[in-house]
Amino acid sequence: MSNLRLFLMPILAVALAIATGALIIALSGSSPVDAYKALIDGSLSDSKSIGRTLEKATPLVMGGLAVAFAFKAGLFNIGGQGQLVFGALIAGAVGYGVTGLPWIIHTPLALLAGAVAGAMWGAIPGILKASRGAHEVITTIMLNFVALNMTDWLASKVWREEGVIVRTPHIESSAEIPRWGELPAGFFLAVVVAFLCWYLLRSTTFGFEIKSVGLNPNAASYAGISVKKIVIMTMAISGLLAALGGAIETQGVVGRYEPGFNAGLGFEGITIALLARTHPLAVIPAAVLIGAMEAGGSMMQFKADVSPEITDIIQALILIFVATPILVRWFLSQKETNELSVSTTWGS
Amino acid sequence: MGFIMSDNPPKDIKQFFFNKRWWIITTVLLVVFTLWTSEFQQANTTSVLVSTLRHSTPLVLGAMCGLLCERSGVINIGIEGQMLMSAWGGFMVASTSGSLLLGVFAGIGIGMMMGGVLAGISVGLRGDQIIAGTVINIAALGITSFFFSLGRTLPSGKAQVIKLGPLADIPVAGRVLFSNKPITYLTLLMVPTLWFLLFRTKWGLRTRAVGEHPSAAETVGISVIGMRYLNVIMGGGIAGLAGAYLSLEAVGSFERVMTNGKGFVALAVMIFGRWNPVGAWGAALLFGYASAIQTQFQFRDWLTDDPQFIGIIPFIVTIVVLAGFVGRARPPASIGQPYSRE
Repeated sequence: MSNLRLFLMPILAVALAIATGALIIALSGSSPVDAYKALIDGSLSDSKSIGRTLEKATPLVMGGLAVAFAFKAGLFNIGGQGQLVFGALIAGAVGYGVTGLPWIIHTPLALLAGAVAGAMWGAIPGILKASRGAHEVITTIMLNFVALNMTDWLASKVWREEGVIVRTPHIESSAEIPRWGELPAGFFLAVVVAFLCWYLLRSTTFGFEIKSVGLNPNAASYAGISVKKIVIMTMAISGLLAALGGAIETQGVVGRYEPGFNAGLGFEGITIALLARTHPLAVIPAAVLIGAMEAGGSMMQFKADVSPEITDIIQALILIFVATPILVRWFLSQKETNELSVSTTWGS
Repeated sequence: MGFIMSDNPPKDIKQFFFNKRWWIITTVLLVVFTLWTSEFQQANTTSVLVSTLRHSTPLVLGAMCGLLCERSGVINIGIEGQMLMSAWGGFMVASTSGSLLLGVFAGIGIGMMMGGVLAGISVGLRGDQIIAGTVINIAALGITSFFFSLGRTLPSGKAQVIKLGPLADIPVAGRVLFSNKPITYLTLLMVPTLWFLLFRTKWGLRTRAVGEHPSAAETVGISVIGMRYLNVIMGGGIAGLAGAYLSLEAVGSFERVMTNGKGFVALAVMIFGRWNPVGAWGAALLFGYASAIQTQFQFRDWLTDDPQFIGIIPFIVTIVVLAGFVGRARPPASIGQPYSRE
């Protein structure tokens, strides 16, 4: 299959989405040229705005990786949101609650605590699927709601800072992820994790087992792979990745956990993973693209008077164009398509 | 009731009670629990039941949408998005035109359009059904947030209760069953109608055939693609009615993300009801009850300091139901597989 064509398809999807977005902006009575100029201004014009773009892109890389990784085993993890808020909260709790450690221990400890919390939360739908056959799409969404309520409760009752605002106290400076000038170190951590995922899937036995289960669980089982174990492990790792994104967000950007601060981040992971056609390395540019839209959104409202929710619409359009097989078919002949499929295990 | 009209009625009455023992035990337990939480007062019991019915209405409609699609072999995970778009569209039309009826029709129309999108991607283009549904959910979230303007109201107010004459004066049952709002009545009528259509008409037989064994259906001259398009679009219309219920009948305004997971809970309701309209209705009542007792908890001053624990009840129930019942309930055989003629 032609690599160039595979590469062109997501770009075409993005271009189509941006063009349709321009049409919507024009119809709502603003100038699309001004709007997009402001969007680029706010996201790519100087080192400060580039730093903000990368900052926004960091949890998106992790969220995209979480969805893409699960996809490799034929699992659709829509629970990134819940896993992310758990990671963000636990990292925040360890970040302020544990004191007197040097940063070289404290920062990774808080990251690890958040990641492990997310892995445990992510393993639940894996266990439910492996043992009871409950489809992960519904259980992960339900667990999102449960996670939002639970983290809300923990932040408002257990780890609450004194005062009116419901939030945890600010983390110790030893748990903070530094910035190099304007550039957030957390982004580079996310890039390293993306390479680790790529290596794990490409060159290890475990990665091979994951892909085998994704391609054909019956054949994998016949070859001696424990499908149940792979399903649970994959969901746990997927949860870990999303939660690590939340932990980096807490330790590198927000400095504490505040309910509602991470709203919607988990769902963008789906757009990014599909845009990257579930390739772990392609997740990085896809996340930077969406991150740039987020970073430039407020500038667009300020300069061109266009509601920043237009970026949500553009993202939805990207998703539609990426997921609609007509584009795929147009570019690749029908036999060659390696289309994404997660519907085969519904209710069985 | 869920256990009276199943698709294969039992022959012997003793066998019948034995087969349905879990339904019967659950019902008895719920009645006892309701009486206990409402402190054995008629007014409280009535309000729990009224609230159960109201909470169950969007779930029943969502589940009807889901089972229409799934009975013909298409997974609809986009019910949530279809509801949200219709709640928004119905509200916008009703607040602009001043007519609730027009708003409801707009809601149904938008739901059918969303159904058309799902059918187009998953039936026409044979894309992955779950991804197509997720696309609808995310798109609905973006579109309704972008085009929603604050400060709109319904000039006519939300839909009013219609009392069915003397029937509404019957103690308990009158308040619960015969003084409701229009879409709630419509839902109560839709359950047996859809059951009859699915299991006693030619259309129903064809729908089920297409969902179980599409190639066999095609050989006897049924258009698989056509049936799937028809049912997914009709299902979208029903989800649209659920959306109109939320914005025009239950709340009276549109709020961002006002569906709050109801579209997904509806899928669990459908599975719990074993892809049968009447079973799904019973399951929806159970979920509606889980929401209704939240208010009752507040009356009794339980967990009022920690509302988060009450808020998660319906979601936990959904997970338990899925984990407990999915293995034992059999979905239509060809579900999730795109169909193409050989």
